[in-house]
Amino acid sequence: MSHDHDHDDHHHHHDNHFSPMEARVRALETILTQKGLIDPKAIDAIVETYETKIGPRNGARVVAKAWAEPDFADWLKHDATAAIASLGYTGRQGEHMRAVFNDAETHNLVVCTLCSCYPWSVLGLPPVWYKAPAYRSRAVIDPRGVLAEFGVTLPEGRKIRVWDSTAELRYLVVPERPAGTDGLDQEALADLVTRDAMIGTGLALEPEAEA
Amino acid sequence: MSRCETLADSPGLPVSAEGEPVFAEPWQAQAFAMTVRLHEQGVFTWAQWAEVLSREVHRPGRAVDGADYFDCWVTALSSLLSERGVASEAEQSALSDRWARAAEATPHGMPILLDNAG
Repeated sequence: MSHDHDHDDHHHHHDNHFSPMEARVRALETILTQKGLIDPKAIDAIVETYETKIGPRNGARVVAKAWAEPDFADWLKHDATAAIASLGYTGRQGEHMRAVFNDAETHNLVVCTLCSCYPWSVLGLPPVWYKAPAYRSRAVIDPRGVLAEFGVTLPEGRKIRVWDSTAELRYLVVPERPAGTDGLDQEALADLVTRDAMIGTGLALEPEAEA
Repeated sequence: MSRCETLADSPGLPVSAEGEPVFAEPWQAQAFAMTVRLHEQGVFTWAQWAEVLSREVHRPGRAVDGADYFDCWVTALSSLLSERGVASEAEQSALSDRWARAAEATPHGMPILLDNAG
């Protein structure tokens, strides 16, 4: 039935898809830019003032729970989609999630693209740099260099795994739990988890640094 | 940037505890930012914007929980641009279709460009 198989592949999910609203916003942006009424850079600058303030709190709560509850961590490792959904955070398009855990051997870094593959429901808005072509290509070729630009220096010998999200599978990096956080409750732990830490371009904050 | 005026006068805009607008997806933030910018450029007054937005938000059949708030926002922006003679609905609609086709035609990992629509 190879013919049918090909047929299925052909009709499989498209890599990219715009909702009617996304397409309309793109169209307005194109028209307004052509007419000289807006400058895409000015739009990015306005968006950027908000993106960092809309903390990715959902994802941070997932990470904090995984740090505090080994059973949950285990569930997250084996079925991130269900574990995350149990907290009420589900993607609009029902995409699958996979949690990748940083440990003493491996640091995980997620790259995406200029398309729509980013887990909004968990991470909030994507940073503007995340959509830049340079980030994606350089993250694959020289992840250590990219991390250095974000101020992240990993211990010698630590491997870096780069994950490329797809339309159907998105990644959440679970950073290592910082030392000296034994007495913190999950809410305080969640405050240590930055968006960048969940993309892999940062580490979880130290308790002192957060205060 | 007259953000306070924007916030105060946009009926029903979801805001965080700190009073910042809350966006569920990037296109919502982009639509918000374009509207702020157009207002700054004098394309429309905030009173004109608020009136059109309010009309969309209160249209029968809208979600009671405000889930489609930014759908209303984009529809309002579209119709205001058409009313102000910036771009007709036909022009906007044709270009939206082209962008949708461009997205479908673009493989994962490549930038979605309008030319990809063919």
